[in-house]
Amino acid sequence: MKVIGLLIVILTGALLVYATVDFPPWGDPTSPASTHLSPHYIEKTMEETSVPNIVTAVLADYRGFDTMFETTVIFGAGVACFFLLRVLRREGPEQRLYRHTLTDMTIRIKDGSKMPADLDEFERIDTLWTPRDLIVTTICRLLIPFIQLFALYVIAHGHHSPGGGFQGGVILGASIILLAISHDMRTALKRMREKLNGLLCATGVFIYAGTGALCLLFGLNFLDYSALASILHVDPVTARSHGILIVEIGVGVAVMATMIWIYNNVSSSGKYDEGL
Amino acid sequence: MIWQLDLAILTLVVITGIGAIMVKDLLGAAILFGAYSFMMCLLWSIMGAVDVSFTEASVGAGVSTVFFVAAVFRTTRRTKD
Repeated sequence: MKVIGLLIVILTGALLVYATVDFPPWGDPTSPASTHLSPHYIEKTMEETSVPNIVTAVLADYRGFDTMFETTVIFGAGVACFFLLRVLRREGPEQRLYRHTLTDMTIRIKDGSKMPADLDEFERIDTLWTPRDLIVTTICRLLIPFIQLFALYVIAHGHHSPGGGFQGGVILGASIILLAISHDMRTALKRMREKLNGLLCATGVFIYAGTGALCLLFGLNFLDYSALASILHVDPVTARSHGILIVEIGVGVAVMATMIWIYNNVSSSGKYDEGL
Repeated sequence: MIWQLDLAILTLVVITGIGAIMVKDLLGAAILFGAYSFMMCLLWSIMGAVDVSFTEASVGAGVSTVFFVAAVFRTTRRTKD
Protein backbone atom coordinates (compact mmCIF):
# COMPACT_ATOMS: atom_id res chain seq x y z
CA MET A 1 0.00 0.00 0.00
CA LYS A 2 2.86 2.34 0.85
CA VAL A 3 4.53 1.64 -2.51
CA ILE A 4 1.30 2.36 -4.40
CA GLY A 5 0.86 5.61 -2.49
CA LEU A 6 4.43 6.67 -3.20
CA LEU A 7 4.00 5.85 -6.90
CA ILE A 8 0.79 7.89 -7.12
CA VAL A 9 2.42 10.84 -5.37
CA ILE A 10 5.48 10.75 -7.64
CA LEU A 11 3.27 10.42 -10.75
CA THR A 12 1.07 13.37 -9.70
CA GLY A 13 4.13 15.44 -8.88
CA ALA A 14 5.69 14.65 -12.26
CA LEU A 15 2.45 15.62 -14.02
CA LEU A 16 2.32 18.91 -12.10
CA VAL A 17 5.94 19.69 -12.96
CA TYR A 18 5.20 18.81 -16.60
CA ALA A 19 2.19 21.14 -16.55
CA THR A 20 4.29 24.08 -15.36
CA VAL A 21 6.22 23.97 -18.65
CA ASP A 22 3.10 25.38 -20.33
CA PHE A 23 3.04 28.36 -17.97
CA PRO A 24 4.03 31.75 -19.38
CA PRO A 25 7.46 32.91 -18.14
CA TRP A 26 7.56 34.70 -14.80
CA GLY A 27 6.50 38.33 -15.20
CA ASP A 28 5.73 37.98 -18.93
CA PRO A 29 3.80 41.13 -20.02
CA THR A 30 2.13 39.33 -22.95
CA SER A 31 0.70 36.45 -20.91
CA PRO A 32 -3.13 36.25 -20.76
CA ALA A 33 -3.17 37.02 -17.04
CA SER A 34 -1.41 40.36 -17.47
CA THR A 35 -3.15 41.52 -20.67
CA HIS A 36 -6.86 41.52 -19.71
CA LEU A 37 -7.63 42.40 -16.10
CA SER A 38 -4.33 43.31 -14.47
CA PRO A 39 -3.76 46.52 -16.49
CA HIS A 40 -7.20 47.74 -15.44
CA TYR A 41 -6.39 47.20 -11.76
CA ILE A 42 -2.92 48.72 -12.07
CA GLU A 43 -4.07 51.81 -13.97
CA LYS A 44 -7.52 52.47 -12.50
CA THR A 45 -7.29 51.44 -8.81
CA MET A 46 -5.97 54.80 -7.64
CA GLU A 47 -8.67 56.87 -9.36
CA GLU A 48 -11.50 54.42 -8.61
CA THR A 49 -10.83 53.65 -4.95
CA SER A 50 -8.02 56.03 -3.89
CA VAL A 51 -6.12 53.11 -2.33
CA PRO A 52 -2.39 53.05 -3.16
CA ASN A 53 -1.94 49.36 -2.29
CA ILE A 54 -3.54 47.59 -5.24
CA VAL A 55 -3.53 44.21 -3.49
CA THR A 56 -5.74 45.55 -0.70
CA ALA A 57 -8.12 47.16 -3.18
CA VAL A 58 -8.46 43.95 -5.20
CA LEU A 59 -8.84 41.83 -2.07
CA ALA A 60 -11.47 43.88 -0.25
CA ASP A 61 -13.20 45.81 -3.03
CA TYR A 62 -13.01 44.25 -6.50
CA ARG A 63 -12.99 40.72 -5.08
CA GLY A 64 -15.03 41.49 -1.97
CA PHE A 65 -17.18 38.37 -2.18
CA ASP A 66 -14.09 36.18 -2.18
CA THR A 67 -12.74 37.74 1.01
CA MET A 68 -16.15 37.68 2.70
CA PHE A 69 -16.47 33.94 2.27
CA GLU A 70 -12.82 33.48 3.25
CA THR A 71 -13.69 35.16 6.55
CA THR A 72 -16.75 32.92 6.82
CA VAL A 73 -14.57 29.86 6.26
CA ILE A 74 -12.29 30.95 9.10
CA PHE A 75 -15.33 31.52 11.32
CA GLY A 76 -16.57 28.05 10.35
CA ALA A 77 -13.20 26.54 11.27
CA GLY A 78 -13.40 28.12 14.73
CA VAL A 79 -16.96 26.89 15.27
CA ALA A 80 -16.06 23.37 14.06
CA CYS A 81 -13.10 23.28 16.45
CA PHE A 82 -15.40 24.34 19.29
CA PHE A 83 -18.03 21.68 18.55
CA LEU A 84 -15.43 18.92 18.11
CA LEU A 85 -13.27 19.59 21.14
CA ARG A 86 -15.13 21.53 23.82
CA VAL A 87 -15.96 19.42 26.88
CA LEU A 88 -18.80 21.06 28.79
CA ARG A 89 -19.31 18.40 31.45
CA ARG A 90 -16.34 17.45 33.61
CA GLU A 91 -15.85 13.70 33.96
CA GLY A 92 -13.70 11.48 36.16
CA PRO A 93 -11.64 12.36 39.22
CA GLU A 94 -10.02 15.73 38.87
CA GLN A 95 -7.18 17.09 40.93
CA ARG A 96 -5.86 20.58 41.27
CA LEU A 97 -2.42 21.73 42.33
CA TYR A 98 -1.89 24.83 44.43
CA ARG A 99 1.41 26.42 45.29
CA HIS A 100 2.02 28.36 48.47
CA THR A 101 3.47 31.63 47.23
CA LEU A 102 5.71 32.24 50.28
CA THR A 103 7.20 28.81 50.91
CA ASP A 104 6.94 27.21 47.42
CA MET A 105 5.15 24.24 48.99
CA THR A 106 2.70 22.48 46.64
CA ILE A 107 -0.58 20.97 47.80
CA ARG A 108 -2.91 18.72 45.83
CA ILE A 109 -6.67 18.95 46.20
CA LYS A 110 -8.78 16.08 44.90
CA ASP A 111 -12.12 16.88 43.33
CA GLY A 112 -14.87 17.00 45.94
CA SER A 113 -12.61 17.38 48.93
CA LYS A 114 -12.74 20.50 51.09
CA MET A 115 -10.80 23.56 50.02
CA PRO A 116 -8.47 25.20 52.54
CA ALA A 117 -9.92 28.32 54.10
CA ASP A 118 -7.12 30.78 53.32
CA LEU A 119 -6.59 30.08 49.63
CA ASP A 120 -5.46 33.61 48.87
CA GLU A 121 -1.92 32.69 49.91
CA PHE A 122 -1.95 29.94 47.31
CA GLU A 123 -1.85 30.18 43.55
CA ARG A 124 -3.29 27.62 41.18
CA ILE A 125 -0.70 25.84 39.00
CA ASP A 126 -0.95 23.38 36.11
CA THR A 127 -0.63 19.65 36.85
CA LEU A 128 2.22 19.45 34.34
CA TRP A 129 3.86 22.32 36.13
CA THR A 130 7.14 23.86 35.11
CA PRO A 131 8.40 26.51 37.51
CA ARG A 132 7.47 30.01 36.48
CA ASP A 133 10.33 31.72 34.71
CA LEU A 134 10.43 35.34 35.84
CA ILE A 135 12.46 36.50 32.81
CA VAL A 136 10.14 34.91 30.25
CA THR A 137 7.02 36.17 32.03
CA THR A 138 8.29 39.74 32.34
CA ILE A 139 9.62 39.97 28.78
CA CYS A 140 6.35 38.63 27.35
CA ARG A 141 4.32 41.03 29.49
CA LEU A 142 6.46 43.90 28.17
CA LEU A 143 6.29 42.74 24.55
CA ILE A 144 2.57 42.05 24.26
CA PRO A 145 1.42 45.72 24.13
CA PHE A 146 3.89 46.46 21.35
CA ILE A 147 2.79 43.38 19.39
CA GLN A 148 -0.82 44.52 19.69
CA LEU A 149 0.07 48.06 18.64
CA PHE A 150 1.88 46.66 15.59
CA ALA A 151 -1.16 44.53 14.76
CA LEU A 152 -3.44 47.58 14.87
CA TYR A 153 -0.97 49.41 12.62
CA VAL A 154 -1.00 46.51 10.16
CA ILE A 155 -4.81 46.56 10.02
CA ALA A 156 -5.13 50.33 9.73
CA HIS A 157 -2.21 50.81 7.33
CA GLY A 158 -3.28 48.07 4.92
CA HIS A 159 -4.24 50.74 2.38
CA HIS A 160 -0.69 51.99 2.01
CA SER A 161 1.60 49.09 2.85
CA PRO A 162 1.48 45.28 2.87
CA GLY A 163 -0.91 44.03 5.49
CA GLY A 164 -4.58 44.15 6.25
CA GLY A 165 -7.24 42.40 8.24
CA PHE A 166 -5.95 38.84 8.01
CA GLN A 167 -2.37 39.53 9.00
CA GLY A 168 -3.25 42.07 11.67
CA GLY A 169 -5.91 39.78 13.12
CA VAL A 170 -3.49 36.88 13.29
CA ILE A 171 -0.88 39.04 15.04
CA LEU A 172 -3.50 40.29 17.53
CA GLY A 173 -4.57 36.72 18.25
CA ALA A 174 -0.94 35.63 18.56
CA SER A 175 -0.35 38.26 21.26
CA ILE A 176 -3.09 36.74 23.43
CA ILE A 177 -1.76 33.24 22.67
CA LEU A 178 1.68 34.44 23.78
CA LEU A 179 0.13 35.54 27.08
CA ALA A 180 -1.46 32.10 27.48
CA ILE A 181 1.84 30.34 26.77
CA SER A 182 4.08 32.53 28.91
CA HIS A 183 1.76 32.65 31.94
CA ASP A 184 -1.01 30.09 31.93
CA MET A 185 -4.33 29.62 30.20
CA ARG A 186 -6.38 31.01 33.11
CA THR A 187 -4.54 34.35 32.97
CA ALA A 188 -5.32 34.68 29.26
CA LEU A 189 -8.92 33.58 29.77
CA LYS A 190 -9.39 36.32 32.37
CA ARG A 191 -8.44 38.89 29.71
CA MET A 192 -10.36 37.24 26.89
CA ARG A 193 -13.35 35.27 28.13
CA GLU A 194 -14.81 32.45 26.11
CA LYS A 195 -18.19 34.10 25.56
CA LEU A 196 -16.61 37.39 24.47
CA ASN A 197 -14.38 35.44 22.12
CA GLY A 198 -17.26 33.67 20.41
CA LEU A 199 -19.21 36.91 20.16
CA LEU A 200 -16.25 38.77 18.59
CA CYS A 201 -15.79 35.93 16.13
CA ALA A 202 -19.35 36.32 14.88
CA THR A 203 -19.21 40.13 15.09
CA GLY A 204 -16.33 40.26 12.61
CA VAL A 205 -18.25 38.33 9.98
CA PHE A 206 -21.34 40.41 10.77
CA ILE A 207 -19.44 43.68 10.19
CA TYR A 208 -18.33 42.45 6.77
CA ALA A 209 -21.69 41.10 5.64
CA GLY A 210 -23.51 44.04 7.26
CA THR A 211 -21.45 46.55 5.29
CA GLY A 212 -22.40 44.70 2.13
CA ALA A 213 -26.07 44.66 3.08
CA LEU A 214 -25.93 48.38 3.93
CA CYS A 215 -24.77 49.06 0.37
CA LEU A 216 -27.77 47.05 -0.85
CA LEU A 217 -30.08 49.24 1.27
CA PHE A 218 -28.72 52.36 -0.43
CA GLY A 219 -29.68 50.95 -3.79
CA LEU A 220 -26.33 49.78 -5.14
CA ASN A 221 -24.79 46.33 -5.49
CA PHE A 222 -23.79 44.16 -2.54
CA LEU A 223 -20.36 45.32 -1.27
CA ASP A 224 -20.28 48.37 -3.57
CA TYR A 225 -18.88 50.74 -0.94
CA SER A 226 -19.52 53.93 -2.95
CA ALA A 227 -23.07 53.66 -1.61
CA LEU A 228 -21.71 54.61 1.81
CA ALA A 229 -20.80 58.13 0.55
CA SER A 230 -24.01 59.67 1.90
CA ILE A 231 -23.60 58.43 5.49
CA LEU A 232 -19.82 58.99 5.62
CA HIS A 233 -20.17 62.50 4.08
CA VAL A 234 -17.39 61.94 1.53
CA ASP A 235 -17.27 61.54 -2.24
CA PRO A 236 -17.91 58.02 -3.63
CA VAL A 237 -14.22 57.35 -4.37
CA THR A 238 -13.13 58.07 -0.78
CA ALA A 239 -16.15 56.12 0.43
CA ARG A 240 -14.77 53.00 -1.29
CA SER A 241 -11.47 53.51 0.54
CA HIS A 242 -13.31 53.89 3.88
CA GLY A 243 -15.48 50.88 3.10
CA ILE A 244 -12.35 48.79 2.64
CA LEU A 245 -11.11 49.92 6.07
CA ILE A 246 -14.44 48.98 7.75
CA VAL A 247 -14.35 45.57 6.11
CA GLU A 248 -10.71 45.02 7.08
CA ILE A 249 -11.57 45.78 10.71
CA GLY A 250 -14.32 43.14 10.51
CA VAL A 251 -11.89 40.60 9.07
CA GLY A 252 -9.31 41.45 11.75
CA VAL A 253 -11.78 40.98 14.61
CA ALA A 254 -13.06 37.67 13.23
CA VAL A 255 -9.58 36.26 12.57
CA MET A 256 -8.24 37.34 15.97
CA ALA A 257 -11.11 35.71 17.86
CA THR A 258 -10.93 32.53 15.78
CA MET A 259 -7.19 32.10 16.37
CA ILE A 260 -7.63 32.42 20.15
CA TRP A 261 -10.65 30.13 20.05
CA ILE A 262 -8.86 27.36 18.17
CA TYR A 263 -5.79 27.66 20.40
CA ASN A 264 -7.85 27.49 23.61
CA ASN A 265 -9.76 24.43 22.44
CA VAL A 266 -6.76 22.53 21.10
CA SER A 267 -4.26 23.22 23.86
CA SER A 268 -6.63 22.54 26.76
CA SER A 269 -8.33 19.63 24.92
CA GLY A 270 -11.65 21.42 25.36
CA LYS A 271 -11.54 21.80 29.16
CA TYR A 272 -10.47 25.46 29.28
CA ASP A 273 -8.56 24.72 32.42
CA GLU A 274 -4.91 23.96 31.86
CA GLY A 275 -3.16 24.82 28.65
CA LEU A 276 0.21 24.53 27.01
CA MET B 1 15.94 38.07 -8.40
CA ILE B 2 19.32 36.66 -7.37
CA TRP B 3 19.44 33.08 -8.66
CA GLN B 4 21.96 31.84 -6.05
CA LEU B 5 19.68 32.97 -3.23
CA ASP B 6 16.66 31.51 -5.04
CA LEU B 7 18.40 28.16 -5.45
CA ALA B 8 19.50 28.03 -1.81
CA ILE B 9 16.00 28.79 -0.53
CA LEU B 10 14.33 26.35 -2.94
CA THR B 11 16.71 23.62 -1.79
CA LEU B 12 15.86 24.39 1.82
CA VAL B 13 12.13 24.26 0.97
CA VAL B 14 12.53 20.77 -0.49
CA ILE B 15 14.72 19.59 2.41
CA THR B 16 12.39 20.87 5.12
CA GLY B 17 9.34 19.57 3.24
CA ILE B 18 10.73 16.04 2.95
CA GLY B 19 12.08 16.24 6.50
CA ALA B 20 8.65 17.16 7.90
CA ILE B 21 7.20 13.98 6.38
CA MET B 22 10.07 11.63 7.23
CA VAL B 23 10.79 12.64 10.83
CA LYS B 24 9.36 10.28 13.48
CA ASP B 25 9.18 12.93 16.19
CA LEU B 26 5.97 14.91 15.63
CA LEU B 27 7.28 17.94 17.55
CA GLY B 28 10.26 18.01 15.20
CA ALA B 29 7.88 17.73 12.25
CA ALA B 30 5.95 20.76 13.55
CA ILE B 31 9.16 22.80 13.83
CA LEU B 32 10.30 21.68 10.37
CA PHE B 33 6.91 22.70 9.00
CA GLY B 34 7.38 26.14 10.53
CA ALA B 35 10.81 26.39 8.88
CA TYR B 36 9.24 25.31 5.58
CA SER B 37 6.62 28.07 5.91
CA PHE B 38 9.31 30.63 6.62
CA MET B 39 11.29 29.58 3.54
CA MET B 40 8.11 29.85 1.45
CA CYS B 41 7.60 33.33 2.92
CA LEU B 42 11.11 34.30 1.77
CA LEU B 43 10.33 32.93 -1.71
CA TRP B 44 7.14 34.97 -1.94
CA SER B 45 8.96 38.14 -0.97
CA ILE B 46 11.71 37.42 -3.53
CA MET B 47 8.98 37.18 -6.20
CA GLY B 48 7.59 40.53 -5.05
CA ALA B 49 4.33 39.22 -3.53
CA VAL B 50 4.82 41.04 -0.24
CA ASP B 51 1.22 40.68 0.96
CA VAL B 52 1.24 36.92 0.46
CA SER B 53 4.63 36.71 2.15
CA PHE B 54 3.31 38.65 5.15
CA THR B 55 0.34 36.28 5.43
CA GLU B 56 2.61 33.25 5.14
CA ALA B 57 4.90 34.60 7.85
CA SER B 58 2.10 35.35 10.32
CA VAL B 59 -0.24 32.43 9.61
CA GLY B 60 2.06 29.68 8.32
CA ALA B 61 5.23 30.19 10.30
CA GLY B 62 3.61 31.81 13.34
CA VAL B 63 0.21 30.66 14.49
CA SER B 64 -0.08 27.29 12.75
CA THR B 65 3.19 26.13 14.34
CA VAL B 66 1.69 27.01 17.73
CA PHE B 67 -1.44 25.00 16.84
CA PHE B 68 0.68 22.00 15.83
CA VAL B 69 2.71 22.17 19.03
CA ALA B 70 -0.49 22.43 21.08
CA ALA B 71 -1.95 19.41 19.27
CA VAL B 72 1.24 17.39 19.86
CA PHE B 73 1.16 18.44 23.53
CA ARG B 74 -2.36 17.06 23.90
CA THR B 75 -1.86 13.84 21.90
CA THR B 76 1.38 11.94 21.39
CA ARG B 77 4.85 12.86 20.31
CA ARG B 78 5.74 9.65 18.42
CA THR B 79 4.14 8.41 15.22
CA LYS B 80 3.06 4.80 14.88
CA ASP B 81 4.20 4.39 11.24
